[in-house]
Amino acid sequence: MRIVVDLTRCQGYAQCVFLAPEVFQLHGEEGLLYSSAVPDDQLERVRQAAAACPVQAILLGEEVSARGR
Amino acid sequence: MAGDRRDGRIVIVGASLAGLRAAEALREEGFTGSLTVVGDEPYPPYDRPPLSKQVLLGHVAADTTGLPMRRDPDADWRLGVRATGLDPVDKRVVLAEGESLPYDRLLVATGTRARPWPNPREAALDGVFTLRTRDDAAGLAERLAAGPQRVLVIGGGFTGSEIASACRERGLEVTVTERGPAPLVGALGGTLSKLAAAMHRNNGVDLRCGVTVTALRGDGNGRLTGADLSDGSRVEADVCVAALGAVRNVEWLAEAGLAAGPRGLACDAGCRAFDMYGIVTDDVFVAGDVSRFPHPLFEYQLLSLEHWGNAVAQAEVAAHNMVSAGPLRRPHLALPTFWSTQFGLNIKAVGVPTLSDHVVIAQGSLEERRVVMVYGYRGRVTAAVTVDMAKSLPYYQHLIETAAPFPPVPGAADRPIAAEIPVPSDVPDPKGLSHGPTVALTGHLPDRRLTVVQPTS
Ligand SMILES: Cc1cc2nc3c(=O)[nH]c(=O)nc-3n(C[C@H](O)[C@H](O)[C@H](O)COP(=O)(O)OP(=O)(O)OC[C@H]3O[C@@H](n4cnc5c(N)ncnc54)[C@H](O)[C@@H]3O)c2cc1C
Ligand code: SF4
Repeated sequence: MRIVVDLTRCQGYAQCVFLAPEVFQLHGEEGLLYSSAVPDDQLERVRQAAAACPVQAILLGEEVSARGR
Repeated sequence: MAGDRRDGRIVIVGASLAGLRAAEALREEGFTGSLTVVGDEPYPPYDRPPLSKQVLLGHVAADTTGLPMRRDPDADWRLGVRATGLDPVDKRVVLAEGESLPYDRLLVATGTRARPWPNPREAALDGVFTLRTRDDAAGLAERLAAGPQRVLVIGGGFTGSEIASACRERGLEVTVTERGPAPLVGALGGTLSKLAAAMHRNNGVDLRCGVTVTALRGDGNGRLTGADLSDGSRVEADVCVAALGAVRNVEWLAEAGLAAGPRGLACDAGCRAFDMYGIVTDDVFVAGDVSRFPHPLFEYQLLSLEHWGNAVAQAEVAAHNMVSAGPLRRPHLALPTFWSTQFGLNIKAVGVPTLSDHVVIAQGSLEERRVVMVYGYRGRVTAAVTVDMAKSLPYYQHLIETAAPFPPVPGAADRPIAAEIPVPSDVPDPKGLSHGPTVALTGHLPDRRLTVVQPTS
């Protein structure tokens, strides 16, 4: 699973950092850095973080698996 | 002729942020026809902002920033395939292999690429990089991890500043050269650029402003050894990143008769592309960094943005309008918003800071490195930039959206220090900068010269 945070919306409330510190980290006072690739053992925490984000900035989903032709 | 707009063939060219979000939105809007997404990169859509941040810091690998889907758009992904032409009469996209894809409606989402170092021989030296793609980031991150003696960053725009910040955090020696008077001056104006310059220097960056790099030097084995500067000095460096701004990917449209040029493909507020005569098409749409669109809040000037949030918002509007009939169409009116994290600071912008004649500090102060700067043009608020005060941004966004008077009246949120007196915004002509602007006003007002000018050296 992958995540992306809409950082134009994120206001640095840091709920995600609290709930899934291995995936989300604050850089300075309010700059959010995160790992896009979510390890399986962090999935549940990331789900909670996505649900808790006050501005709903965290999107969790599958990456495109290119079938191609 | 009207037909069912929810059926038929849609082709999207550009398989990145705008392309993916448009594909998803088309299905959300009920499009049931065939959907093909063509992208010249061999990878599924991935996120670029981490490439100059997490990836260069060594926190995550460059190949792990794939974008999550909101839903599976059930598209035929033609990855690693370049579109080379467009026949708007026959309604076909020509692909590199000579095949062509017929469409009923087309979305152009080909974004931008890094402006290369202008001297090809010097650009080919081992150790010289640009940063736009996943492969660029992987190569640069590997070099940084190997511990170079010194990294030279050419261009003090957002990307150049973020690269310099990552290098310093990794303990690497960095020189930044910028032709303008300070980093970020082209995007944020004179006052905040002084804070940016202080952040560079306080963090140990060897910042050289008002100079240009005149030549990159290599050894006999084609490896970079350093650069000559216009002030006669020399910088020894084994890695160099040319952060000179972006070039719109419009070459493939050269023969298509569309309003495509160095500033992007122009469209109306509904994301419909104009042809070269300024007549709006009804089957070619455009979204993301490659677009150039009018905005009523900014005097209907055509904006060219290199903003993540704009690619998402515009892709959604384009998708909606591709499947909706005339009166049901929506305008793309989202305010430009942007963020950057560098030197531990979170910089966020809303509106168009370059459309300004004066600025005022509305909250915080430069000394605290926590500040809200409000930008005004002819007596109304046109932009706001926060440094580590992102929670205040929505308030100022509201001021911009309502064309509130500038300077803003007191009473905004908590304001420890009364607003200072407005000072000139000091936004320089982009011609005098090393890097291209990430927001460009490309219209023409008699008293303004803020058009994107392609640096020639
Ligand atoms: C290092 C970096 C850091 C950034 N940081 C920030 C940030 O902090 N904040 C922010 O708001 N924005 C940031 N951005 C900008 C943001 O990433 C872009 O606004 C966004 O990627 C635009 O998406 P797009 O889909 O319009 O274009 P792009 O992402 O440029 O995608 C266009 C795609 O089309 C492909 N393509 C081009 N021509 C053809 C063709 N002829 N045929 C087929 N495919 C083609 C390209 O290869 C590319 O894959 C950053 C960008 C970079 C590079
Ligand atoms: S919880 Fe949401 S708003 Fe807060 S830091 Fe995380 S992403 Fe940003």
